[in-house]
Amino acid sequence: MKLSDIVNKLSLDVKTYKDGLQHAVTGAYVSDLLSDVMANSKEGHIWITLQAHINIVAVASMKDLAGIIIIGGRQVPEEVLKKADEEEITVMTTPLSAFEIAGRLYQLLT
Amino acid sequence: MNLSEIIKILEATVIVQPDTEDFNIQRACSADLMSDVLYYHAPDSLLITGLTQLSVIRTAEIVGIRAIAFVFNKTPDAQIIEFAQKKKIPLLSTRFCMYTAAGKLYEAGLTGC
Amino acid sequence: MSLNIKETIDGSFQLVGADFTHAGEASTQLKQKLAELGVPDGIVRRVAIATFEAEMNAIIYAAAGWLHYCITPQSITIQVVDMGPGIENIELAMQEGYSTAPDWAREMGWGAGMGLPNMKRNSDIFKIDSVVGEGTTVEMIINFP
Repeated sequence: MKLSDIVNKLSLDVKTYKDGLQHAVTGAYVSDLLSDVMANSKEGHIWITLQAHINIVAVASMKDLAGIIIIGGRQVPEEVLKKADEEEITVMTTPLSAFEIAGRLYQLLT
Repeated sequence: MNLSEIIKILEATVIVQPDTEDFNIQRACSADLMSDVLYYHAPDSLLITGLTQLSVIRTAEIVGIRAIAFVFNKTPDAQIIEFAQKKKIPLLSTRFCMYTAAGKLYEAGLTGC
Repeated sequence: MSLNIKETIDGSFQLVGADFTHAGEASTQLKQKLAELGVPDGIVRRVAIATFEAEMNAIIYAAAGWLHYCITPQSITIQVVDMGPGIENIELAMQEGYSTAPDWAREMGWGAGMGLPNMKRNSDIFKIDSVVGEGTTVEMIINFP
């Protein structure tokens, strides 16, 4: 499924790198631990997290993730958004909790 | 949803048994950051997490989380299991990742916190 | 159950930096004490959450600290004093998601940048005072019904 379809169906707010919406999504990974995402996420995954720390961009870039969904209506710092645009990472936000958004995404993808 | 059904859906190993059969859970939250749990928690919910430290059990106790499921077959150390037993917080371990565990439970009718 | 507080009850706990084994002990003991005194569940939970966050902050950032509490028939006051690095910009630190936590704390599930906002959210009165290089003092008052 294309990232743009997911954005529409889950009403995600796209904050950075809109060109990335054409990418195909292969699955998702939910974690707030950077080392865990480095070890276990796969290329094409959407990463669901509450972490809005600057290092999430580097992790997503290194692992070729399809994008990052930041949950809980969290404000993403300007420097993180700027870095994400530079690194061509699509950052999206949702007011929903991690459980809720993961649950809905799971239903779309399986 | 009864805890026994959650165990079935997650194909989980039970590390700490519930002290009653009538153990109902309606909501779940998946998180690794404990402040997230302290902020968005709902009492009487299930916590799905990838961390197995003592502070996870403490957090559960403080906000009134009823049960914890660890992902990727993780199991805490013996002293932490003992602590959860003392606090009467059932512990489960599932082979699924947090995404799949949340997906399956959401599909079965649990809601978020 | 009605409130069973006749006189002022106070006490303190010592907090040791990086001591994760005992982290949360002060909060859980305080939680139990308040429940025994007949404080309603919702308020007990707010006290426990605010205290736990303050306790974790001292354990993550400081070498040592103290947690003092004072319970009266009207309210509880919790004061956490730490000998930590202090906070340079309190306004920034109060923002949700802002954190200066070290990576190891993040990997243990802390450092979400929600600690201070969580303390403020659960307190009726929240005060913070910090001197860089000396330490931070947080005072929280939570009223009883």
